[in-house]
Amino acid sequence: MSSNTLYDKVWNLHRVRKSSAGPSQLFVGLHLIHEVTSPQAFAAIEEKKLKVKFPQLTVATVDHIVPTTTQQRPFLDPLAEEMLSTLERNCSVHEIKLHGIGSENQGVVHVMAPELGLTQPGMTVACGDSHTSTHGAFGAIAFGIGTSQVRDVLASQSLAMKKLKVRRIWIEGELSQGVYAKDLILHIIRTLGVKGGVGFAYEFAGPAIEKLSMEERMTICNMAIEGGARCGYINPDENTYQYLKGRKYAPQGKAWDLAIRWWKSLSSDSNAIFDDEIKLNATTIEPTVTWGITPGQGISIKEKIPYPELLPKNDQQIAKDACSYMNLAPGSPIEGTKIDVCFIGSCTNGRLSDLQEAVKIVEGHQVATGIKAFIVPGSQHVARQAEHLGLDKIFLEAGFEWRQPGCSMCLAMNPDKLDGRQISASSSNRNFKGRQGSANGRTLLMSPAMVAAAAINGKVTDVRKLLKNSKFS
Amino acid sequence: MKQDFPAGEINTILGRSLAITGDDIDTDRIIPARFLKCVSFSALGEQVFADDRTEVKGLHPFDLKENKGAKILIVNDNFGCGSSREHAPQALMRWGIRLIIGESFAEIFFGNCLALGIPCLTSSKLEIKRLQNEVNKNPKLIWEFNLQELAIANNKETFKLQIEEGDKKMLLSGKWDATKQLLQEEERIKETMQRLPYLNNFK
Repeated sequence: MSSNTLYDKVWNLHRVRKSSAGPSQLFVGLHLIHEVTSPQAFAAIEEKKLKVKFPQLTVATVDHIVPTTTQQRPFLDPLAEEMLSTLERNCSVHEIKLHGIGSENQGVVHVMAPELGLTQPGMTVACGDSHTSTHGAFGAIAFGIGTSQVRDVLASQSLAMKKLKVRRIWIEGELSQGVYAKDLILHIIRTLGVKGGVGFAYEFAGPAIEKLSMEERMTICNMAIEGGARCGYINPDENTYQYLKGRKYAPQGKAWDLAIRWWKSLSSDSNAIFDDEIKLNATTIEPTVTWGITPGQGISIKEKIPYPELLPKNDQQIAKDACSYMNLAPGSPIEGTKIDVCFIGSCTNGRLSDLQEAVKIVEGHQVATGIKAFIVPGSQHVARQAEHLGLDKIFLEAGFEWRQPGCSMCLAMNPDKLDGRQISASSSNRNFKGRQGSANGRTLLMSPAMVAAAAINGKVTDVRKLLKNSKFS
Repeated sequence: MKQDFPAGEINTILGRSLAITGDDIDTDRIIPARFLKCVSFSALGEQVFADDRTEVKGLHPFDLKENKGAKILIVNDNFGCGSSREHAPQALMRWGIRLIIGESFAEIFFGNCLALGIPCLTSSKLEIKRLQNEVNKNPKLIWEFNLQELAIANNKETFKLQIEEGDKKMLLSGKWDATKQLLQEEERIKETMQRLPYLNNFK
């Protein structure tokens, strides 16, 4: 059993009631809600004649259903409009702060909460969304919950939860040029499998992780859940404190100094015990692309689509399904695979640095003929910063569309969808069958820079070839 | 039609079974995202596995006439991975499922099922395969599940199953409906809040 890890420290501090068998009761320090997984929770609260216990500890935004071409009300889709007005009504009745449509803070929940400084080290963060693991980048224990648990958190600011085991994933070396946090996490999931993390919290550590910016760390923790780990985290350090300093909800003045002292005490101790430890090296990782229907089916840009019969026995059937669904032939290179749609955005890769990396590839080029390419900033703040830097103009001149913040085509609960058998190069997090809004649409996951390269060439491209010619290289 | 959903203590479940084969069946497949555009779960039963069902045109296990009214679902490895949407177990429950048996479950999905009073039990790859074969061979077979005994049986054969002791206790005692228990700890919740630096100006 783990001890003296950040996970253990934060868990113990937030544990309301210990249970010898079964779940403990855990206090939730920050509860984030959005329009999709909260309405039934509020309905249950009202039905049971309960009230929201600590409304000041819940924060709301709207992201999944928001159209990205215009946020004008009412939304054209009456169901989307109903969901938004239900959230507005619930937040108003229960006195919950909503950063809604028209707010300068609106955005994808896992982008906007960190940028407002809501997410801080040592917190427990829960949200009815599996990518809540993102917030672990700050040294918080953050995890996705279902709607019944959203109800429980609203009612009691706590939930029933079992303690996880802790696996430390130690990454040596550093990422090479043209290789990004997205490639690293796709590589980790490929190595440990999509269910390797079930029952574990992942602690990402080591020299390669320490070098990552906060936005890159969020990309890593965001996809912990794609490896089966409900929660992923990184010990807080100077990068974390620098990122937080001065943000709207970050501690100020004397509290800031006290906060830093506390945050520093939270990191896993040098004598911490982990339930499991593995080591990988970042230096040899290459740009990575998924070819199949699970985020674990990733290969480097230099590799070929695997022959299912040559894979470990347990992976063979899903690989066969994947080859057939994706219509990709075993033995053919992933590089050069023709694509139809390019999407840059999402809670995985919709932050300013993602757009900055993509623009380096795009500048001076044009989107290939016949390719639909669009950029969806993760939040209003990301959009404003990018526009301030002129990134929107570069994207627009190159033939990309520049959209409004939202979840967009990551899960296609809004007008942004694949059509028929279209195949996308996507900076999002899931390549499941039908994920991007067409029942037989296809998704290749990759870094934003790789998506940009695919847009320019109309096919899967090794981004390093374009970087060589970039004035930024 | 008004349905009875799980309530109170859960020990035995009696009914027919159906099997869905395949590893890593994600919650986007169980309930595609477009059906999440709802402020109530009530219509989800019809929409469970919508795209998979369309693809095989009436031949999906959830469409076969002989499986209508089945309560027990037998699945393979890592069932329910992906999104945390409770809409997935809600859709299964509203179709009629009251028990899921598989090789393994994704964690959030397992927890969501538990919160609805739907037990998820596991068994080995081999045993699950045998169960699925039995079910497919004879969909009319009535199965009796007993949580206390961790077993499911037909008139000839018994299969042993597993679930963690704590989860078993929650289901047997009816405490899977957690809200009431959580609210009972008001004092301890206050104590917890008092010791959290970030709720107290870091003093």
